[in-house]
Amino acid sequence: MKYMDEFRDPATAKKLVEEIKRLAPIARGQRDMPLQIMEFCGGHTHTLFKYGIESMLPADIEMVHGPGCPVCVLPMARVDDCVVIAEQPGVIFTTFGDAMRVPGTCKSLLQAKADGCDVRMVYSPMDALAIARKNPDRDVVFFALGFETTMPSTALTLLQAHREGLKNFSLFCNHITTPATMRAILTDPDLRLDGFLAPGHVSMVIGAHPYDFVTRDYRKPLVITGFEPLDILQALWMLVKQFAEGRCEVENQYARIVPEAGNVEGLKAIAEVYETREHSEFRGLGNIGDAGIQIRETYAAYDAERKFKLQAAASTHDPEHLKCADVLRGVMKPWECPAFAKTCNPQNPLGALMVSPEGSCAAYYAYGKLAKRKENT
Amino acid sequence: MNLAGTITLAHGSGGRAMHQLVDNLIRQTFTNPLLEEGEDQARIPLAELVAQGDRLAFTTDSYVVTPLEFPGGNIGTLAINGTVNDLAVGGAKPLYLSCGFIIEEGLPLETFARILQSMRLAADEAGVQIVTGDTKVVQRGGADKLFINTAGVGVIPAGFNPSAGGAQVGDVVIVNGWLGDHGAAILNARGDLALEADIESDCAPLNALVEAMFAVCPDIHCLRDATRGGLATVLNEFAERSNVDMVLKEEFLPIRTPVRGMCEILGLDPLYLANEGKLVAVVPITAAQAVLAAMQRIPEGYHACIIGAVMEGDGHVILQTAFGGERIVDMLPGEQLPRIC
Repeated sequence: MKYMDEFRDPATAKKLVEEIKRLAPIARGQRDMPLQIMEFCGGHTHTLFKYGIESMLPADIEMVHGPGCPVCVLPMARVDDCVVIAEQPGVIFTTFGDAMRVPGTCKSLLQAKADGCDVRMVYSPMDALAIARKNPDRDVVFFALGFETTMPSTALTLLQAHREGLKNFSLFCNHITTPATMRAILTDPDLRLDGFLAPGHVSMVIGAHPYDFVTRDYRKPLVITGFEPLDILQALWMLVKQFAEGRCEVENQYARIVPEAGNVEGLKAIAEVYETREHSEFRGLGNIGDAGIQIRETYAAYDAERKFKLQAAASTHDPEHLKCADVLRGVMKPWECPAFAKTCNPQNPLGALMVSPEGSCAAYYAYGKLAKRKENT
Repeated sequence: MNLAGTITLAHGSGGRAMHQLVDNLIRQTFTNPLLEEGEDQARIPLAELVAQGDRLAFTTDSYVVTPLEFPGGNIGTLAINGTVNDLAVGGAKPLYLSCGFIIEEGLPLETFARILQSMRLAADEAGVQIVTGDTKVVQRGGADKLFINTAGVGVIPAGFNPSAGGAQVGDVVIVNGWLGDHGAAILNARGDLALEADIESDCAPLNALVEAMFAVCPDIHCLRDATRGGLATVLNEFAERSNVDMVLKEEFLPIRTPVRGMCEILGLDPLYLANEGKLVAVVPITAAQAVLAAMQRIPEGYHACIIGAVMEGDGHVILQTAFGGERIVDMLPGEQLPRIC
């Protein structure tokens, strides 16, 4: 298939892997442990597992799976808020599909739907807007979730609703920003990371420069990376090359999509509609300043949080025995969590990392069996 | 019968309206001698059955689908082919079906008549007769337009005994063609994706295909139709029940470009998409070429191919990716949900 198969070519992969293997020991240098490379984004984690890329890498490189999965870092209290909104009479609650299974303290949206709430899966916020037009007597709420990738589309949808004067449409805004989240990881005293693969689709919106602080202030090389398996291998090659050559830069592997300055129109819409929240809670990571996003006062009428007068939800903590936070920060591997594959599994996920296929625990749950099988044979 | 208007509660009342619907529309469309006897049950001569095999196969399935009609079929063709296929993959020759309708009031009579007509055509194509049935009408909201249940009986010839636990190390895994068409067609037909993909359901009867396969290899080890949950789910059942691994080669998997494209966009895996005219067979390697050749002579098997092999293991399905890696293809915990980004 055009524009797909050329990014999955096994022969090119082999060449890249050979180059990575050649450079990796030089890149690792005198470190007593393998190079710790964090792929920030759940999309990258997904590609790593889907194509079995980790099994192709030399022992000098270890991938650390980052928190860049919007449903994984969503605090349970926010899911509870979703359920509270969905339970209001007359509400149609619309959401992306994979947010439906995330457990709240009491129930997930999927369970709320089964209990009679009108919860609908949509593929785009514009679909939610169409539902609002068709149902003028119902209150349609869209669960705006995700990093900068989904922010332009929700902002533009809100602006469209505003232009049309739709009174029955609002966003429940739970957007978060990538650079602020990355900064929180970098300031962690337990940090053992050496470099980053940064999500290409985020940079498609924000460009390359918001990451300058990573190399300047923290001296960690970073490569903006696409989502095909060859993208990831090429980005890893670029990263080990930086280490081997003693460079520390923000490089753009995804140049076919990512413009240096990002998407100007998208950024304009984001700036028009959104502002940063002082504090926002991340599941497993706690409060991160300036990482959360809220709707500006000007558009308060489209803010579900104000419309439904949500009380600031009490902070809900994951149970003590769940180590989601440590796994999210990359200081613990999924299988080192005492609940992993025992009380917490894809059929009955306790932590969000087990819910989404992009969550590292769910990925390891499947992949781990393969690794174990290989150990046994 | 005048097909203007809609089905109302009166059509399920037991009175004249119901008799008109049943006699003038349903019975007339499905007509055959057993149905025409007009009793409360079909009376099937045993001798005919006994002459064709040594076991009776009996199965039932209920059909609910949105939308009712989609490219490549409708709920009626599903209801016939689905039950025919459940019989066929047991090695049975499908013979007689029952058919129960649960209709939500307000269904246009014309739509219902069109669905009945396609059921008749599907039954004729599969060589089965609808010999008994039931019709209920429920209030608006009590059902979603139309639900159909069909049960079927067939006869299994002596010696045919495929089973999910029958896979042996060294066997090969065969499918009869393109995977995921039905699931993708339904997603596309719902229209909320606004994709311009040209995908038709693969809804088809598989009994002729299965008959051709058994004719060249009575010792087919496992045979299932890969409906809900797709190829991945069936293979996981085989692997678990047989306590072996099923190893697939990604580049062997037959998936149409539009289906692949849709899955890429939505973050779905075509291995879990539903099929309505696809079977998975595990056969001894010595018979593989003969089975393939026999399949490829039947329209439903034109694109039949080998997709993998059975290896020693403890019940997993493993995909060797075209890229050079390996991954486990597990059963899904629930419905496949599209990703955010």
